[in-house]
Amino acid sequence: MKGWSVARPDNMSGKGNAAGPHDSQQAPLLVAPGEDLGDSEGYEVGHGVIVMDGRLRATKQGQMKKDGKSVSILPSRTKYFPRPGDLVIGLVEGCTNNIWFVDIGAPFNAILPMSLGPAKMEFGGTRSVIDIGEAILCRVQEVEETHSSVVTMKGMGLRKIRSGTVEDIDPHLLGRLIGRQGKALRQLKEDTECRVVAAENGRIWIDGDFEGMLEVRNRLRKMTAEAKAATPGGVA
Amino acid sequence: MGYGDVQMIDENGIRVDGRKAGDVRPISIELGVVPVADGSCRMTWGTNEVIVAVYGPMEAHPRKIQRQDRAVLDVRYNMAPFSTSDRIRPGFNRRSREISKVTSDALESVVLLELYPRSKIRVEIEIICAEAGTRCVGLTAASVALADAGIPMTDLVVSVASGKINGVVVCDLNKSEDNYGEADLPMGILPNSGELSFLQMDGDLSQEEFQEAWDYNMEAAMVIGGYCAEALKNGGYNL
Repeated sequence: MKGWSVARPDNMSGKGNAAGPHDSQQAPLLVAPGEDLGDSEGYEVGHGVIVMDGRLRATKQGQMKKDGKSVSILPSRTKYFPRPGDLVIGLVEGCTNNIWFVDIGAPFNAILPMSLGPAKMEFGGTRSVIDIGEAILCRVQEVEETHSSVVTMKGMGLRKIRSGTVEDIDPHLLGRLIGRQGKALRQLKEDTECRVVAAENGRIWIDGDFEGMLEVRNRLRKMTAEAKAATPGGVA
Repeated sequence: MGYGDVQMIDENGIRVDGRKAGDVRPISIELGVVPVADGSCRMTWGTNEVIVAVYGPMEAHPRKIQRQDRAVLDVRYNMAPFSTSDRIRPGFNRRSREISKVTSDALESVVLLELYPRSKIRVEIEIICAEAGTRCVGLTAASVALADAGIPMTDLVVSVASGKINGVVVCDLNKSEDNYGEADLPMGILPNSGELSFLQMDGDLSQEEFQEAWDYNMEAAMVIGGYCAEALKNGGYNL
């Protein structure tokens, strides 16, 4: 258990925490969906928390975080949710005469209009520039209220991926991959002599010689396995 | 011996499998059993065994099933052909369609679908070994797998069935009790709030018997809800 607090069936009700959210300063508190986190009065609701009948309730499985007056859940596993400005690696799933449909690993596909594409082209010439099945490095330009998003390839370093390989990791493991001030990622690049681009949607572009790419891939898989073993909740 | 004459509980209140009236069969929960899924769970409950895999939220195809204001929950309950002593013909049938529908309805009341408009969450429930109460095990395991996938939910759903055998109300019916019993009351309960998300009844219960079965279900759901929460935090639970 490694000192993690676990709710037992006898403290599933709100009786034990009527005074407000648990103080997460000492040990991170693990919560499951629906768990009562205390009285909502005076607290701001963060990610993974809702207010029901004046009480704070967890909506996700993970660690409860209390930052001043804000209470949130750091989920053990979550789907990538696009935000404007995110660097993402997308896979082109389809296209029309002037739009590409791009899978960015989010709940809904993004669109890449011809005007935001990598080069000037004739109307109807989308497939000649980026074909279906190809991978692109792009940036999220806009996320609408209905959660459909627009990506752009106008910007420094944004391009079609022509070489190397794309690996997937869970988006919440990116912090572990990049490390403090990018130290871990820099070290990985130096060790393997590969170009490694970590996109916010958990897709990693690896480019270099074959041995180096294999090494990066093995390290990513090892990291995922280690995170899975180390995380209470069993999921990485 | 007639249909209703099978003796399933003795004068001391001990049932055929040695349990008392309010006892629940042993439960174990394992998470992450399907590595390619976004969330998954294997639950054994007595001799029942079920595997649930959750995929999504993802783009809903075909487009006509998309809802502009919320996600669609696509639940499929299926019994493996080898899950019972009588071989089950593979594929969807009337019973699996009904159970998929009630499971989906029960889960819709807790999953925050409005956060993912126009997308789909796919829940696959596969019954590997069936004894009795597979819809209850399937629903409970589905809610744990959804939580494992990081889908936001207001609560878990725990489903338990109580029923009547030889005129006595008992909790969590086993196969013989389910087959030869007089009534069956499966309920889907939200363990943290005590609310109800689904209820079905097969057979006749008096008002008092119904209340007794209700109380058994509520009590069991609170305990099993605790097991599920513990499993989510520790990566599994074994009673």
